[in-house]
Amino acid sequence: MSFLKKSPWLLHYNASSCNGCDFELFAALMPRYDPERFGVINTGNPKHADILLITGSMNVRNVEVVRNLYNQMPSPKVVVAVGICATSGCVFADAYNVLGGVDKVLPVDVYVLGCAVRPEAILDGILKAAQVLEEKYRAFQAGKTDKTEVPA
Amino acid sequence: MNPYDESVAGIVLRVIAYVVLAPLAGGLLAGLDRKVSAWMQGRVGPPVVQPFYDVAKLLSKEKIAVNRYQNFFVFLFLLYMIFTGSLFFAGASILIVVFVLVLASLFFVLAGFSVNSPYSHLGAERELIQVLAYDPVIIILAIGFYVVTGTFNVGSIYQASREGFLVLHLPGIFAAYLYVLTIKFRKSPFDLSMSHHAHQEIVRGLTTEFSGPHLALIEIAHWYENILLLALIYLFFAFSPVIGVAVALIAYFAEVFVDNAFARVKWQVMLASTWVFTITAGVSNLIILHYLLRR
Repeated sequence: MSFLKKSPWLLHYNASSCNGCDFELFAALMPRYDPERFGVINTGNPKHADILLITGSMNVRNVEVVRNLYNQMPSPKVVVAVGICATSGCVFADAYNVLGGVDKVLPVDVYVLGCAVRPEAILDGILKAAQVLEEKYRAFQAGKTDKTEVPA
Repeated sequence: MNPYDESVAGIVLRVIAYVVLAPLAGGLLAGLDRKVSAWMQGRVGPPVVQPFYDVAKLLSKEKIAVNRYQNFFVFLFLLYMIFTGSLFFAGASILIVVFVLVLASLFFVLAGFSVNSPYSHLGAERELIQVLAYDPVIIILAIGFYVVTGTFNVGSIYQASREGFLVLHLPGIFAAYLYVLTIKFRKSPFDLSMSHHAHQEIVRGLTTEFSGPHLALIEIAHWYENILLLALIYLFFAFSPVIGVAVALIAYFAEVFVDNAFARVKWQVMLASTWVFTITAGVSNLIILHYLLRR
């Protein structure tokens, strides 16, 4: 029994989002939806976070930042792709500088779809991610660490 | 029954009670703090035991250290925080309690300086300024107890407080102590070094580079510290246990109210206002006491 499920702390990174999903994410963190009733705290520090939320698609400029943030988070950790751009790159997928969705760089555990994504969907994704966190903890206990370092 | 027992067994019992019960009470108070804050913001808020969930989670996370010293200093911070509280409940000299309390804070500052993150350094510098702001009040508190009771011994001060109304002799010092409690509880407007609520401002300042189990130790040390600080309030009101506990709890939740009602100030404002208040309320209290009690 671990308590990861009961206190998932978030780190949010805006990759190359149009900010639509970011506004919805902030809306989801505000008192109206009150994620703190599930123990969720928005930390803004990779070393304190359990769940990495990424909005927007990967491009050649931000890939290094995303990898760095992920590598600084202590295991067990979960990545959530928030919005359709983070999932697949969407209409920007064919642009010359865009690599695609977050899963081109990091192992993504939960995809939250929408353009822009609804706050309710984000909360649902965070709670799903908390369950994945619990599963990863069991693997972590058994000595099988998830890929902590994502090589360049 | 006399709760203050001078025998060795009594002292050991009180110290064990502090070491075991203080983190439980401190964690519960932290949970109530978050619940009350949530109500003030029109939210449901987390369960009251949420701080225990957080610490249990942090303890189960991976250990990451950027150098071999940072976690040693955090461990010393917790150790000395438990030590100073134990000295207080053992009835030792209040001067030693005060100095070990500051020593514990300085180990925390050293932990912040031992890593390379500029945010951590900024937090450590701010923590030093906070120590500079609250320390005079805590020393004046010890002197005030001495002037009234004629002893620095916490046990004797407690006995004197049970028989007389200490707070009537030391109202200014009590007010100054309440003022600096905002700093010690890490509450807005004075939560400069760790930016307790605005997590992103300086990336949690002092704790930037601390993760997992060591962040949990910092949290537990904070709970021990809070209980010691509330016990100091009780020392003013020991003539009635009910009033003593009630005033300590009212002070705690007044700090929560202040926390939610005020924006953070700059460090200059914190330092200047604390010192002005210390001099007008605390030092003038000492001067008046000197003339009142002159024999």
